[in-house]
Amino acid sequence: MSNNKEESVKKLFTTQSASVNTNRGESYYAELYAKCQKRLDELKQLKPLNNRMDFLESIEEEGLDRRDFLKWASATTAMLMLPASFTPLVAEAAVLMNRVPVIWMELQDCAGNSEALLRSDGPQIDEIILDIISLEFHETLQAASGHQAEKQMEEAIEHFKGKYLLFVEGSVPLGMEGYYGTIGAKAETFVDHLKRVSKDAAAVVAVGSCATYGGIPAAAPNPTDAVGVMDIVKGKPLINIPACPANPSNMVGVILHYVLTGNVPELDSLLRPKFAFGYRIHDNCERRAHFDAGEYVEEWGDEGAKNNFCLYKVGCKGPMTFNNCSIIRYNEGVNWPIGVGRGCIGCSEPDFWDKYAYERPMANANIKAPTGGVEKSVDEFGLGLLTAAGIGIGIHAAASYVAGKKEERGEA
Amino acid sequence: MAENNATVETTESTETTAPAVEEKGYHKTDANGNKHIIVDPITRIEGHLRIEAVIDKDNRIVDAFSSSTMFRGIETIVKNRDPRDVGLMTMRICGVCTGTHYQRSIEAVEDAFNITIPKNARLVRNLIQGALYMHDHLVHFYHLHALDFVDVVAATKADPKATAVEAQKWADMAGHAPAISGVADFKAIQDRIIKFVKEGRLGIFGNGYWGNNAYKLTPEQNLIGVAHYLKALDIQRDLAKMQAIFGGKNPHPQSIVVGGVTCVQDIQNPARIALFKQILKEGTAFIKGAYLPDIYMAGTAYAKEATDGSQAFHATKHKGTLGKEIGGAGGGLLSYMAYGDFRLDDTGFYKAESFFKRGIVLDGDLSKIHEIDESKITEDVTHSWYEGTGAPEHPYDGTTNPKYTGLEKRDDGYAYLKTDEKYSWIKSPLYDGRKVEVGPLARMVVNYVSGDERTKKYVENFLKRSGLPITVLFSTVGRTAGRAIETEMIADAMFDWVDELAKNVASGDLSTWQDFDFDEVSADSKGRGMAEAPRGALGHWMRIKDGKVSNFQAIVPSTWNAGPRGPNGEIGAYEAALIGTKVENPEEPLEIIRTIHSFDPCIACAVHVVDTKGKELAVYKVDPTCAF
Ligand code: SF4
Ligand code: SF4
Repeated sequence: MSNNKEESVKKLFTTQSASVNTNRGESYYAELYAKCQKRLDELKQLKPLNNRMDFLESIEEEGLDRRDFLKWASATTAMLMLPASFTPLVAEAAVLMNRVPVIWMELQDCAGNSEALLRSDGPQIDEIILDIISLEFHETLQAASGHQAEKQMEEAIEHFKGKYLLFVEGSVPLGMEGYYGTIGAKAETFVDHLKRVSKDAAAVVAVGSCATYGGIPAAAPNPTDAVGVMDIVKGKPLINIPACPANPSNMVGVILHYVLTGNVPELDSLLRPKFAFGYRIHDNCERRAHFDAGEYVEEWGDEGAKNNFCLYKVGCKGPMTFNNCSIIRYNEGVNWPIGVGRGCIGCSEPDFWDKYAYERPMANANIKAPTGGVEKSVDEFGLGLLTAAGIGIGIHAAASYVAGKKEERGEA
Repeated sequence: MAENNATVETTESTETTAPAVEEKGYHKTDANGNKHIIVDPITRIEGHLRIEAVIDKDNRIVDAFSSSTMFRGIETIVKNRDPRDVGLMTMRICGVCTGTHYQRSIEAVEDAFNITIPKNARLVRNLIQGALYMHDHLVHFYHLHALDFVDVVAATKADPKATAVEAQKWADMAGHAPAISGVADFKAIQDRIIKFVKEGRLGIFGNGYWGNNAYKLTPEQNLIGVAHYLKALDIQRDLAKMQAIFGGKNPHPQSIVVGGVTCVQDIQNPARIALFKQILKEGTAFIKGAYLPDIYMAGTAYAKEATDGSQAFHATKHKGTLGKEIGGAGGGLLSYMAYGDFRLDDTGFYKAESFFKRGIVLDGDLSKIHEIDESKITEDVTHSWYEGTGAPEHPYDGTTNPKYTGLEKRDDGYAYLKTDEKYSWIKSPLYDGRKVEVGPLARMVVNYVSGDERTKKYVENFLKRSGLPITVLFSTVGRTAGRAIETEMIADAMFDWVDELAKNVASGDLSTWQDFDFDEVSADSKGRGMAEAPRGALGHWMRIKDGKVSNFQAIVPSTWNAGPRGPNGEIGAYEAALIGTKVENPEEPLEIIRTIHSFDPCIACAVHVVDTKGKELAVYKVDPTCAF
């Protein structure tokens, strides 16, 4: 590769991807502001679905600091990529969230996204289930089992026809006429169940990479012919929140956005909200300076690891992955996979189990061939470019390694 | 050994009289007046589970079947992959006991490669796993299990003042300061609930079994339970952070690799260690000031059925060394197995001393600990939706080839398990041809019978303070108590582990990874990762050839507990635990889910009730679409 080419690849990887336009000009935001305000005013006219106490009232009763709440609202506003002037609207939308009934469905899942929901810190999970949303059905949390549980779901569908948000966790097996997964006393297949319950939903939200693209069950050789929700549900607003599991902040963000604007947030070609999946991990990574300086962890636990060097050579797929964990991290910002020295496995991208989840850089991966399917993970970077970039970045890494060795020997 | 190979005694099938069946979808009544009930979905578990139970005229469960209704094929998916990547994938078996499958797969590879990890790595893994136990047990008790004991609606009738007195009483019994003690606190929580209940739509509390006579707590006790349920939602969020500190995130941490761990930066950072300890301290205070007192409270309220031999599957057959009959409602098999967990020194796998011991206790005989002979572990698929090779297989050579034979669908659309044939996605694991129970109670019994001083101290402390007889432990509520006692024991030990880690790092040891020559060790080898998940004995078995996984099988805790019958009708822990139990109201499967929840299922399962002969009445029509 000529120096020139190498430089251009390097440039590609050192500039921000900026696929999200965070500044659309004053008039755009003024119009949006007015629209949101109108929507919230309308919502206020509605009786709360369950006549719950006000969220604000409840946080006061719970002894929560109002300041904390506003702090959360401003962080969330930023996460949603809205100007700071929207903060009061976001706070108000949170208060009005109890107008939104939610049905949460689990298919071929591991309950990881349900667990992630439990970790939600803004707002906290007890507020979510008691005060904020009206969680009508959630297998992992609800009291009733068996026919009482089925009745609860039927009633919710009936009562909130066309109004509820359907969250789906887990993939949908299509093999063997769908019988790899059944639910209920009638042993309804998952695929029939999904079709039936999504029919009257206002919008469908696929949470986690299994529900989004098929995830682990769909990894090669996909024994059960598992697919994501978007392959089944058609003609409905559909939002994908991938990652394994999805970040609870993004789940709350989607609900909030819906309450705020009445619409689904702006999505990329994989139906992921751009506010969360607009940037590559690599764009905002805390180890980025080391990448640019060519300082890499060469093997686990080495001097580089002790000094927080870039993890590219031990398999980090941050350059190929669109997600916001480099900004919001996990578990109230405590840590994240790159922070902990492991690197990103690309868990918000399609087919990542077959393409990305290994501890070597892409070039010398000892993995099965990807199962096919079109690369459409990134609107701005096509497959060719990404692959070229992967190779290019490998060369960049190798070159710097050689340089490093030379330095050690005092040749530089 | 033969005695406990209890099959359900099925009386001779009577002539098939035209069944006078009262049809009602999820349940029907047969000619003998026995009710057959389907419970699907079983909620508040991980996964998809169905239970079918047969209940006689006296409202006693006479037979039961457990079936998992979901299959993903992860064992097939990891084949032919690089063994170093398998841990991340198998972790996705379960997002609740997150991280434990990860460790087992990594250990299987390390066992195959003969790698002993550095001390820092061992300690970090213990802390990640210990954090999981604390988190998982707490969430299990409050959010997945408590509503089987606590009547949320009845809590609205409590007197907040009396509630505070009551809370103090149980905390005193446990010997700790109560987590919530103020009258005003209880009042505020009660107001929140009253408002919620008045509104009519109860969300996740909707359509519960509120008011059922099997709820035995007083209104004040119920209010304590509800208050702790809500507080525990807070606490668990923090406990999960402990895993994230050294694991990167929770669920699904990411810092463990074959040879060690990657979080070298985090263990060097005093702020990280301090945060870990602070959360540990707060979490432990809640465990001691709420979780344990609530166990004393529930144990006392449910002591009668816990020691009622007439409701036990085995009570008349199995006498312990206590000179007393053991086994009450939900007691089940009374045979326990544990693989052991938490290595306490660096001598390597299966050599190091461990916090939880390895062994088997059979037929409630508390005088004898049996050593595990790993070659005796097999899996059978007679009643599972897989193609069999004829004989039970050892997991190193196990196969996973689906063969779904469907349910029997009736004209009204309701579908029943074909319990004489295959009826579950779970295989049927056997030890030396017999079924055993795994889980916290099994660990406690194995440790106790092995003479572990620490366990003895905690168990005896519980019994002394509660004034309950030891026999209470061999029951549904005993299983739940065992889990709580274990949580306290681990929490206390983790203070030492985190100090040990800090001290080791301070001494200048920063090693977190053991180097190995991948090409050499991965040419042809096999290894197993056998330890404990919060829900019980967990094993991963792996064969590696030419750098790729050539075979992989996992036997998870719920395979042992929730598996269907064995080749000769050997009954598993769930099914056995249900049989004998009296139910208040067959329309409301409260006792069924309570017993099933006491195991903390990690599957997608369901329960049906069928007739006393263990056979469906001849009324079902096979639906051709599901008869494969
Ligand atoms: S995406 Fe990951 S966390 Fe979510 S259900 Fe699938 S395996 Fe579990
Ligand atoms: S650690 Fe990963 S995301 Fe961060 S700079 Fe390196 S390659 Fe990019």
